[in-house]
Amino acid sequence: MKENIVIETENLTKKFGSFTAVDHISFVVKEGEIFGFLGANGAGKTTAMKMLCGLSGPTSGKATIAGYDIYQKAEQIKQRIGYMSQKFSLYEDLTIIENIRFFGGIYGLSSKQIKERSQAIIEKLNLSDSQNKLVSSIPLGWKQKLAFSVAILHEPKIVFLDEPTGGVDPVTRRQFWDLIYEASDQGITVFVTTHYMDEAEYCNRVSIMVDGAIKALDTPKNLKQSFSVSSMEEVFYQLARGAQRKSD
Amino acid sequence: MSGIILENIVKTYEKGSILAVDHVSFQVEEGELFGLIGPDGAGKTSIFRILTTLLLPDSGNGWVHGLNILKDFKAIRSEVGYMPGKFSLYQDLSVEENLHFFATVFNTTIEQNYDLIKEIYVQIEPFKTRKAGKLSGGMKQKLALCCALIHRPTVLFLDEPTTGVDAVSRKEFWEMLQRLKKQGITILVSTPYMDEANLCDRIALIQTGKVLSIDTPHNITSGYQNKLYSAKSESMSTLIRDLRALPTVNTCFSFGDSLHFTLKEEHSEILTLKESLSKHINLEIKIIDPSIEDCFIQFMHS
Repeated sequence: MKENIVIETENLTKKFGSFTAVDHISFVVKEGEIFGFLGANGAGKTTAMKMLCGLSGPTSGKATIAGYDIYQKAEQIKQRIGYMSQKFSLYEDLTIIENIRFFGGIYGLSSKQIKERSQAIIEKLNLSDSQNKLVSSIPLGWKQKLAFSVAILHEPKIVFLDEPTGGVDPVTRRQFWDLIYEASDQGITVFVTTHYMDEAEYCNRVSIMVDGAIKALDTPKNLKQSFSVSSMEEVFYQLARGAQRKSD
Repeated sequence: MSGIILENIVKTYEKGSILAVDHVSFQVEEGELFGLIGPDGAGKTSIFRILTTLLLPDSGNGWVHGLNILKDFKAIRSEVGYMPGKFSLYQDLSVEENLHFFATVFNTTIEQNYDLIKEIYVQIEPFKTRKAGKLSGGMKQKLALCCALIHRPTVLFLDEPTTGVDAVSRKEFWEMLQRLKKQGITILVSTPYMDEANLCDRIALIQTGKVLSIDTPHNITSGYQNKLYSAKSESMSTLIRDLRALPTVNTCFSFGDSLHFTLKEEHSEILTLKESLSKHINLEIKIIDPSIEDCFIQFMHS
């Protein structure tokens, strides 16, 4: 593995019976990169992400995540990645501070580290007055920012974000991206899915999956140029419109 | 007659400690496609549940197709179609069983109103024997819409029908709504995607239970208070920091591949601004027309 490559896949494939959910995908993601993983519903994004996180074994193909082989070293991979989705991120019936401590414990941080890092998160997100509130009682925007901070609490090599900004207001959505840039500046690789096409523009590089295969992969600028259009939305339309796996 | 009237609706939860809907009033004309646009927690679902008589407001009043939401709840229930945000069909019934069930509940048959749903139903018909729980997200959405339409409602309530749906499928869904509107159905639809606002006749921008503005999308964008500028350069991350640090800049946000910013004083010279950013390569600054999202951000700050 080259020094600065954190995700490398070669013909990675997942079949469910006769259905090929992920069809020979090959790509590399570099350290600190913000990589947008786009595709229509049903294109195979979630299945691909599960394989990359070590949660689901591939049918064939190769992949290394943070230098570890996904067939042999799934456990080592899990320790070196963070994950956040809109559906699952925090325990609603624990307080803000309890959530941070809990995940710190899960990731095997020392009590000193947990103390320092929870303090840092609380200060950064301006939560000192609310740290003992139940997560169920705080606004969605706070939750999403807290969930992201918790997902990178153990300073992972890569953080996987599955539609992290769904449903939040326009200002919070942009503040969330400030957090993403900050993490990327610290060398954390960000692998992110979104249905907001303006957010595709914020990524260093973007891949677009159609029917299980990666149909395009480049910087937003180059993609727009090669499709002769002015926005990522139009690039997405041109590629996803031809999808055979309709209506998911 | 108005399709929907809301008058000062208030709804609280947890013994009054959570104010979900805060004196909301608006009217939807018959045959209008009206959008409730706002993020999670805006109160959209509470408003839908109050109008469909599934929830009582703390105070205020409302009418749907001339029927009162407090007194005429039985009549309202047979008059409206409702597609909740959460998939609520019977997972263990097949596609056609679900449709048949909803038709029967409303004392009608699939045949009687098939013309209304045909265009949508043909897309899921190849899977008509599949259990609803085993459908993909897009197909569930289409089945739910068919079930909400099968009794030919006069008013259709769609609560976040496109949330989590990709850009191509979202476009197709809105095309379906335009065709339903042509049939004369009054439609109230909610969405967190600001770009969908332009597809509605009129919209209400809503946040934390309060209506920020109600008008046509065009009137809302032309009522934007300031001159709005867009900026681009080779290094966007430096540009956003530099712009925010300038004392003349009021707000500055990322919008896709450019930044949108406003100035504190309208007469500030854009030339001076360009000078202070002169180290940027390929700097481009121009005045642009605001989008609904720009307006929403401005309302949030005012």
